[in-house]
Amino acid sequence: MSAAAKPRLAVWKFASCDGCQLSLLDCEDELLAVADGVEIALFPEASSRMLPGPYDVSLVEGSITTAHDRERIRDVRAQSRLLVTIGACATAGGIQALRNLRDVEEWKRIVYARPDWIDSLATSTPIAAHVKVDYELRGCPVNKAQLLELLAALLAGRRPNVATSSVCEECKARGTPCVLVAHGTPCLGPVTQAGCGAICPAYHRGCYGCFGPKETPNPAALSEQLLALGMDRAALGRFYRTFNAAAPAFGDEAQRHDPQP
Amino acid sequence: MTETTRTIEVNQLARVEGEGALHLAIDGGQLTVAELRIFEPPRYFEALLRGRDCREAPDITARICGICPVAYLMSSCAAIEDLCGLRVPAPLVDLRRLLYCGEWIESHVLHMFMLHLPDFLGYPDAVSMAREHGDLVRAALRIKKAGNGIVALLGGREIHPINVRIGGFYRLPTRAELAPLRDELAFALDAAEQALVPLAALDFPDFERDYTFVALRHDSEYPMGRGRLVSSDGVDLPVARYDDYLTEHHVRHSTSLHSRTADGGVVHLGPLARYALNHDRLTPRARAAAAAAGLPPVVRNPFRSIQVRGVEVVLALEEALRLIDGYVPGDTPAAAFEPRAGIGYGATEAPRGVLYHRYAVDAAGLITDAKIVAPTSVNQAVIEADLRHYVEPNLHQPDEALRAVCETAIRNYDPCISCSAHFLKLTVERR
Repeated sequence: MSAAAKPRLAVWKFASCDGCQLSLLDCEDELLAVADGVEIALFPEASSRMLPGPYDVSLVEGSITTAHDRERIRDVRAQSRLLVTIGACATAGGIQALRNLRDVEEWKRIVYARPDWIDSLATSTPIAAHVKVDYELRGCPVNKAQLLELLAALLAGRRPNVATSSVCEECKARGTPCVLVAHGTPCLGPVTQAGCGAICPAYHRGCYGCFGPKETPNPAALSEQLLALGMDRAALGRFYRTFNAAAPAFGDEAQRHDPQP
Repeated sequence: MTETTRTIEVNQLARVEGEGALHLAIDGGQLTVAELRIFEPPRYFEALLRGRDCREAPDITARICGICPVAYLMSSCAAIEDLCGLRVPAPLVDLRRLLYCGEWIESHVLHMFMLHLPDFLGYPDAVSMAREHGDLVRAALRIKKAGNGIVALLGGREIHPINVRIGGFYRLPTRAELAPLRDELAFALDAAEQALVPLAALDFPDFERDYTFVALRHDSEYPMGRGRLVSSDGVDLPVARYDDYLTEHHVRHSTSLHSRTADGGVVHLGPLARYALNHDRLTPRARAAAAAAGLPPVVRNPFRSIQVRGVEVVLALEEALRLIDGYVPGDTPAAAFEPRAGIGYGATEAPRGVLYHRYAVDAAGLITDAKIVAPTSVNQAVIEADLRHYVEPNLHQPDEALRAVCETAIRNYDPCISCSAHFLKLTVERR
C-alpha cells in the first residue's frame, strides 16, 4: 500500500491529564505496527510533524472547559471523517466536571492569586455536548486493548467490539469473588461499564466507576445496598461523583442522595 | 539584514505533555522577553478536593497527570500519613519504591527515546527515527515495557494504578507473581546500559549554568519516596517546611503558578538536581554507567539531562531487581488508618522532580484545604532563564535554528504541562 493510501490519524487534547493518548504510546509491542498501518498526521505529544487535515480518524482526549476549546472542537470535527472520543474526560467531562455543581468563580479564587487573569467556562462538558461523535471509548484511563480494537475496527471499516455490559460480568469471567457480597466492600461494579478487566475487585477493592455508567444501569438498587452497608448519603454522593460525575446516571443518583455537595 | 519588525509564529511545540507557548521578543538585537506561556485549561484540583474524604485524595490527584500518576499517588499518601502520624511498615515502603521504580523507568525511557532523542538525531518523532535506528527504538520500547510491567502488576494498570491507598496497598503481590518480571528487568538493565553508549556520542551544546539544585535526600537511598528537602546552596529542611523555602506566584502568561525562594531565587528540580545532590547514593551499576558516559558528579549542562535520566533508569532497574529478590510479603497490605484533624505534608521525587502536597483535614476526615506543587510549575522559571542565557549569544542565528534549539532546551526538563497546564507555541518577535 502506498503511503498516500494509508488512513490519516490525528490525536487531539483538550482539558485532561494526557493519560488516554499516552495509552497509545504504552502499546510498546504494537506501536510500530500501528504506525505502519496508518499515517500519523497529527499527534503533538509524540511527534513534531504536524500535517494539515482532513483526517480519516480523530482521537479526542479531554473535556471542553474554555471558550477557545469550544470553538476548536468544531474545527476538529470539520476536519475529521470519524471523530472518536477517548476517556472519561472526553465522554463525560472528567473529574473537572465537579465544577458544574459549584461556583467556578469561587474555585478560581481558591487556586489563583489573580482570578481575573483566568479564562475558563463555568462547566466542563463532554465532546458530544458540542459536536457529533462517532464512537466513544470509556475509561479513566482508556484500556489499551480496547483502544487497539477500536483502531483496528475503524481501519477495517467494521463496528468495534466494545462491551457495554457491567464490570460484574468481567469479574465473573475472571473468577473474582464478589467483593460486595463476600466482603461488604462498597463497589460500583454493577452499574459501571466493563472494559477495564475488573481490576479493582481482583485487587481486593471495590470498583470506583472510572468507566462510567453501563447501558441501562440501576443505580437506585445499588444505592440501597450501599446504604445498608452503612455508607452515609454524603459518602454515597461522593462515590458516584468522581471521574464520571457528569454522566447522567451517576450524576443524577448522586444528586438524589447529596443534593448540595 | 534590513531593520524590520518581524513576528514569526511557529506551530505548537510537540513532544511535551500538555500545552503551552514560548514567546521571545528581540528588540534592537537584544532579547527583551523570554516567556514560557502555559495555556493548559485550569482544572482546579486544589478547589475540587475541598470536602472530599482524605482517603480519596490519592486516586483523585493521580488524575492531575497520566504520565506520572504514581508520583501523585505517593506524595498524596505521604502527606496524609504525615498528618496522621502513620508509620508504614518497611516491607510496604519497599513495595512502594518498587512501584516508583516502574514509573521512573517507563516515564524516563518514554521521554529519552520517544520525545527527546529525536531532537538530537534530527527526526520529528521516534517512529521516523525507528527507520534508521530500529534496534535502538525497539530496545527502548522493551525497557519501557519492563517498567510498565512493574506498574501494571503492582498497581493493577499502567496509567492511574488502582492498588495504592493510604498506609500501603489494597492487595500484596505474591513472590510468585513478582518473579516473572525478573527476566525482563534483567534484560532491560543490560539494554539500558547499552542504550547509553550512543547517547554518550551525541553532540551536546556547549552550555552550562550555575543552578540552585533542589531535591530530596535520604540517609541511605537515592531519593524517590522520602527524604529531607535539600539544595545545592545548603538548605536542609524537613518536607513540612517546604512552604518556608518555596512560594508560588501567579504570573499573567501562565495558568501554572511559578515558584521562587524568599529572595526571588529560581531553583532547578529533576534528574540533574537529584543526581548532583545524591551522587553518593547511586547504585554501583548506575555509578559505573555515569562514569562510562563521561558524566561528572555534578552535571550543569541541561542538554545532558538525557544521559542523567539514563543513569537513573539503570538505577531504577537495579533497585527493582533488588527489591523483587528481597521481597517477603508482610502480614498486612496496609497499615491501619484513622483520619484525624490536622495538616500533613508530603513530597516525593516524580521523574521530573520534587512533587509537594499539603492537606488540611477536619475531624471527619474531609479535606478543607489542599496545596499541590507540580515540579514543572517550579521549573518554569529555570526553563525561562535557560532560554534567555542560551538565546542571547545566539541571536544571529536564523529563526528556524533558534526555534529548534529552544524546543530542545525546553524538553531538557521533560515538562509535564498537563500537570497544570497547552501547546507550546513559539513566537519570535524581532524589532
